[in-house]
Amino acid sequence: MRQITLSTAVNEAIAEEMRRDETIFLIGEDVAEAGTPFKITSGLVEEFGTDRVIDTPIAEPGFMGIAVGAAMTGSRPIVDLMFGDFIFLIMDQLCNQAAKTHYMSGGKLNVPLVLRTNMGATRRSAAQHSQSLHAIVAHIPGLKIAMPSSAFEAKGLLKTAIRDNNPVVIFEDKLMYQDKADVPEGELLIPFGVANVKREGSDITLVGTSSMVQVAEKAAEILAAEGISAEVIDPRTIVPLDMDTINASVRKTSRCIVIDEGHQSFGVTSEIASRLMEESFYHLDGPVIRMGAMDVPIPFSPALEDITVPTPEGVAANARKLMAGEMFNG
Amino acid sequence: MTDAKTNTEDYLRMYRQMVRIRSFEDQANQLYLSAKMPGLTHMYSGEEAVAVGICEALKVTDKITSTHRGHGHCVAKGADFKQMFCELLGKEEGYCRGKGGSMHIADQSNGNLGANAIVGGSMGIATGSALSAKRLGRDDVTVCFFGDGATAQGLLYEVMNMAALWSLPVIYACENNGYSEYTRTDEIAAGSIVGRAEAFGIEAFKVDGQDVLAVNDLAQTLVARCRKGEGPFFIELETYRYHGHHVGDINREYYRPKDEEKEWHTNRDPITNFAKWLTAEGIVDQAELDTIQTEIKTDAASAVAYALDAKYPDVSEVDMHVFAETP
Ligand SMILES: Cc1ncc(C[n+]2csc(CCOP(=O)(O)OP(=O)(O)O)c2C)c(N)n1
Ligand SMILES: [Mg+2]
Repeated sequence: MRQITLSTAVNEAIAEEMRRDETIFLIGEDVAEAGTPFKITSGLVEEFGTDRVIDTPIAEPGFMGIAVGAAMTGSRPIVDLMFGDFIFLIMDQLCNQAAKTHYMSGGKLNVPLVLRTNMGATRRSAAQHSQSLHAIVAHIPGLKIAMPSSAFEAKGLLKTAIRDNNPVVIFEDKLMYQDKADVPEGELLIPFGVANVKREGSDITLVGTSSMVQVAEKAAEILAAEGISAEVIDPRTIVPLDMDTINASVRKTSRCIVIDEGHQSFGVTSEIASRLMEESFYHLDGPVIRMGAMDVPIPFSPALEDITVPTPEGVAANARKLMAGEMFNG
Repeated sequence: MTDAKTNTEDYLRMYRQMVRIRSFEDQANQLYLSAKMPGLTHMYSGEEAVAVGICEALKVTDKITSTHRGHGHCVAKGADFKQMFCELLGKEEGYCRGKGGSMHIADQSNGNLGANAIVGGSMGIATGSALSAKRLGRDDVTVCFFGDGATAQGLLYEVMNMAALWSLPVIYACENNGYSEYTRTDEIAAGSIVGRAEAFGIEAFKVDGQDVLAVNDLAQTLVARCRKGEGPFFIELETYRYHGHHVGDINREYYRPKDEEKEWHTNRDPITNFAKWLTAEGIVDQAELDTIQTEIKTDAASAVAYALDAKYPDVSEVDMHVFAETP
């Protein structure tokens, strides 16, 4: 199969869906000629014109609100939010408006929109351009949250998102935009709420989201060399969350580490760990371990930034401790 | 050029400050090009007369809020090269101990409340600083720097309304460099920029941002009026950024013609034009200006060398400063 970058996969998904459905439009800052700072939407304005690929002023709450209104009235907007950190600017439109409209209207109004944005540290972009804020929106009922871990998922999840009748937020890891993977040409729909078992194993389950899937896979390699067999699971969407697959794996391995790039406290790792505690407690041989970004604003200095995020070595070290039955203390 | 400051020492300080900004940026750009600087940065080169003209009208106790394109504001408000370069390189001796970097550089000692990586993110902060000064009976003025692109942010209109209602000592300084990232200003800003402030009954002015004396003259007047309780004010400064949106924005002909860049460089350079005026007026001769240039370049180069050798913060600093100490 041909290999394409995550960035190309996103571009392709948008183009294919826009060809299929006239009601779809793309809106955001510098999405047209400039193709976004990450060059993700390049070429789309040439094909679809400025009516459907719309450059906006730097007015995030404004264009997000416009997208919500358009989605309620027959359009299917794809909103490009240049950095995930800017989600704080659009919280009212996303969480009070988009997320609740279907419910508050007793099912009469729909908000079929996709908000594409990004996440991820270690680009030396400092505290306002490095956050992974998916847990914050995952907390709000009514929003679906997808986290592609490669170009393959990026295409398949985005196409599914565009066809979903609900607001969907997609977080792409900025560091992975140039990473390549096998991606089929044409139709590729990855259903929401279906986790992917990336690697089978019998001693410990590593659940990772987005780029943390790669971290988990690298940790699994390290552990394999030491005779520890790790299973790696990518939930692909955190809302809905496929607990069946995660529970089944943990009941088999009886140990689990959850890895996610959001801050560790009150985050995705905490949510999955507590569900495991509720649903698979009697199958566990040790505590479910959470590994997230440190609970600090992401520092600029390379000397500090690199230690704020989970690494394969860190995951492997925790896995060894779990295997040895050692105690963990906060 | 209008005659704002009458004293040679003041003129030379303005000249020196503009050259300091240019030299700082030349070094920062080199650090990026030689892959010695972590991340990206946004150059202020070309816009020197804006920051210097305004900050030379301020006292150390006056406050400013800055932007992602913030090195110029920081230098103009009195910052030191070594601590700035250390910050850009993420070193412990940086203004923010390496935690902020280029986009968050703040210099509390000189009243710089910080650069901001959120476009428009400092408009509330500047207005709050003005409210605080007024309430606490200080005569501080706050200047809020932001770009033309930032006028699209709704926050500006919320805070201008309150600043006008409450007569706050704040000056909104819109640096109109013609572009918001890769888009021309006329494609993202409907109507008139000064008209936005006027709608709130705020006196608004448009000035040539390449003419340091014109900027300084206006700033002196408005700062003085702010201190008398006549604020807020709004200034639109027409200016130009010489580099790309950020240091990595090299191929930019698709959105900005080379001829236009050349025109500003050759005919509207704030430093060259001020130098011409200074020599034509007989205030200094070219040799003296050349000496200043050489001194500053040497200074900048040695600050870079110092910062490159300086040490990174100890890893134990990573969770220091999440919360302030509360006794
Ligand atoms: C809220 C927000 N939206 C978008 C961005 C990305 N961004 C950074 S600078 C910039 C353009 C700003 O233009 P302007 O205000 O004119 O300042 P200039 O860069 O021209 O100095 C954009 C869109 C951001 N940092 N923050
Ligand atoms: Mg601008």
